[in-house]
Amino acid sequence: MSTASETVAFAWTAENEAEAQRHIAKYPSGKQQSAVMPLLHLAQKQNNGHVTQEIMEFIADYLGMPAIRVMEVATFYTMYNHKPVGKHHVQVCTTTPCWLRGSDGIVSACKKRLGVEMGGTTADGMFTLSEVECAGACVNAPVVAIGDDYYEDLTPESMTALLDALAKGEDVKPGPQNGRQTSAPEGGATTLKDFIAKA
Amino acid sequence: MPKLTIDGQEVEVAPGTTVLQACEEVGVEIPRFCYHERLSIAGNCRMCLVDMERSPKPIASCAMPVGEGMVIHTNTERVKKAREGVMEFLLINHPLDCPICDQGGECDLQDQAMAFGRSGNRYHENKRAVEDKYMGPLVETAMTRCIHCQRCVRFTEEVGGVEDMGALWRGEHTEITTYLDKVIESELSGNVIDLCPVGALTSKPYSFTARSWELKKTESVDVMDAVGSNIRVDARGNAVMRILPRLHEDVNEEWISDTTRFAYDGLKLRRLDTPYVKKGKSLEEAAWGDAFAAIKKKLKDVKGSEIAAVIGDLADMESMVALKDLLGGLGSKRIECRQDGTALEAGVRASYIMNTGIAGIEEADFLLLVGTNPRFEAPLVNARIRKATRKNGLKVANIGSAEDLTYKVDEFGDDATLLKKVLGGRHELSKALKAAAKPMIIVGQGALRRADGAQVLKAAHDIAEKYCVKEGWNGFNVLHTAAARVGGLDLGLTAKGGIEAIKADAEAGKLKVVFLLGADEFDTSALKDTFVVYLGTHGDEGVKNADVILPGAAYTEKSGTYVNTEGRVQRTAKAVFAPGDAREDWTILRALADVLEVKLGYNNLGELRARLVKLAPLAATLDTLVPAEWADFGAEGDVAEGGFGPAIGNFYLTNPVLRASKIMAECVEIREGNAEEATGTHG
Repeated sequence: MSTASETVAFAWTAENEAEAQRHIAKYPSGKQQSAVMPLLHLAQKQNNGHVTQEIMEFIADYLGMPAIRVMEVATFYTMYNHKPVGKHHVQVCTTTPCWLRGSDGIVSACKKRLGVEMGGTTADGMFTLSEVECAGACVNAPVVAIGDDYYEDLTPESMTALLDALAKGEDVKPGPQNGRQTSAPEGGATTLKDFIAKA
Repeated sequence: MPKLTIDGQEVEVAPGTTVLQACEEVGVEIPRFCYHERLSIAGNCRMCLVDMERSPKPIASCAMPVGEGMVIHTNTERVKKAREGVMEFLLINHPLDCPICDQGGECDLQDQAMAFGRSGNRYHENKRAVEDKYMGPLVETAMTRCIHCQRCVRFTEEVGGVEDMGALWRGEHTEITTYLDKVIESELSGNVIDLCPVGALTSKPYSFTARSWELKKTESVDVMDAVGSNIRVDARGNAVMRILPRLHEDVNEEWISDTTRFAYDGLKLRRLDTPYVKKGKSLEEAAWGDAFAAIKKKLKDVKGSEIAAVIGDLADMESMVALKDLLGGLGSKRIECRQDGTALEAGVRASYIMNTGIAGIEEADFLLLVGTNPRFEAPLVNARIRKATRKNGLKVANIGSAEDLTYKVDEFGDDATLLKKVLGGRHELSKALKAAAKPMIIVGQGALRRADGAQVLKAAHDIAEKYCVKEGWNGFNVLHTAAARVGGLDLGLTAKGGIEAIKADAEAGKLKVVFLLGADEFDTSALKDTFVVYLGTHGDEGVKNADVILPGAAYTEKSGTYVNTEGRVQRTAKAVFAPGDAREDWTILRALADVLEVKLGYNNLGELRARLVKLAPLAATLDTLVPAEWADFGAEGDVAEGGFGPAIGNFYLTNPVLRASKIMAECVEIREGNAEEATGTHG
């Protein structure tokens, strides 16, 4: 957990303040503490991808709860980062379905392209590579989450291409990278072909 | 009332009872780690699994409420296997370093592993290691041993009322910690040591000093505050090694404050272990006979009216009686037990005790605090108030300085004149008191120590009479800070003018001889030209101007009668012998009486106690609360504007034992922020 690195006091930007209030308003009055998770996420985003001591204390104060309780939540969920991460946080799923579909190749492609080990950040601060448990998109395995988007049906080649594009600052399309339509069967429909033909 | 069957026995229990509690009712023991009667249910250790018919899996009995017609089995093969499985998992990451663990011999994990675990180990991989946490000078940590039952987290939050502890990270990486490795800011923090079912949290001062089975256990009573917490004094040889709480539902439940638990090193430091007599300007060691002779010589041409005595805060009733009789024999009745100058008078017992009792707080629905900070004056009374606010929705209002008492308090300001307004009947508080079914008022020593303390007492009396005294309910309470005070008042040991008059008369030369029975809480510089006989345990304030010092016994070294703030009579027991030449106080006074040719009329403790009961009949009612008759007390008159001062200075330094303690000094240092270097590296 980073402690001393940040000394700057945290404060919401105007739009995040409004967003935070929108989250709090979802819960009955007096139960504002329920908003701790979306607020942590919001703060993490505002702080370029990681939460700090100051952020946890700020949110504790903001929601009127003890700092230790915020810290418990923030450390329990792996989606909150406690160390600075690169501009693109590449989270490779290596749980069984992805692994069966070749996540090992994705991992080595990432390591090779980025030149860092798991958990590492590239020298230019562009990428952080990490391994995550099931991302919940097994039907499109192997899957990598970068920032808020999922990139699916990857191969080592398409993974490398994806990272190249991101490194250049190009726009990349989230979702399946093999031309498949969302999670529809690969290579086109397998059932109701007549129905589709008629339509 | 649901009926259920446990191991073939039918049992009917109250609705809302858990299966585990129902099992206990029929005498079936269920192993557990996380479950604790006085804490909320967590259900995270899984050790209490039992079989429930028609349930496909074993159930966690601590978290399952009973239902009509449930059939529970606790001795099936599946339960046995489940327990073995849970135990095996718990032991995977437990270091099994019992031989070097302070908990060894009194460890739940050890005992339950023996009773319910497998005999062998199938785990051959590396165990996890966890960095130890710093929790202050009282609690030692060995976090690798932690099984994450979270009792400590729940205790500090629920009973202690401080949100300092928590469980960080998850799964195998879970770590129990205090926020940022800081000290637990609770006066009850030591209780997490007892609660910890393994050796993760142990006592820092006690660490590696003794094994539990080599200690002699003596059941006694604490005197660090006026609560009279029930304690067990564990001694080895002639040294007190540690102090633990004993269960007393009406007093301390099963908790004790940190001063109670950790004061014991003060019993070994700065002790008076031999008599001293002042020769010229300095005190010199003397034999008992020489000390007595010096007193006799001085008293030869002193009249009774020139003698007075002051009773200290830790004095037992037996020595008070002996001193009273000795002074009586010398022709003096001037004996004062109110060192702090409180306005309480002997006579009407209801005026100086906690009439509702400590457990009575749980019956009340409205509480008005007047000039008291129970968090520091009596941490266990405070814990009881907090419990009542959480469980019964007790509303608490305060007239006095606003402090963090760990529960919600409606502050009405620090001004004594508010009392008159409340009495007037138009104040918000008057309405609240009137509306309550069982209102109570707690008056602290801070309120009664003012110059107009007697008027404040009268105002509190009038408020109580108007709102709090009803059929079967007397809501008037005085919270004491000194263990000896109620006993002293029961014996009527008050002198006209109180301590201030004694000081003034001593300075004016009207008093020639003053006896101090462990009186260390007032400025004795007024006695510098008076002949002072100090009978006590520690080289503290009282010895500064003493001419003869007689070394006495501390509360762990004698059987003494004490009356707590509720008026409950309790007795300490002798766990160890007083050091060196020190003797039990009453025997010293008895021997001195012989030298002074005063007949006391008792030769042993039994006879002395008979005399005590004659003087204070209630002293015979051990451990019972005798309702006190309501009457008028206090003094008519105006109450001056202005606030109440604190009743005690530093919580960790309220008496000579605590002031001698190095552990307490460390607690003070840490809180004053002088020990920043120690923080974080000490552990």
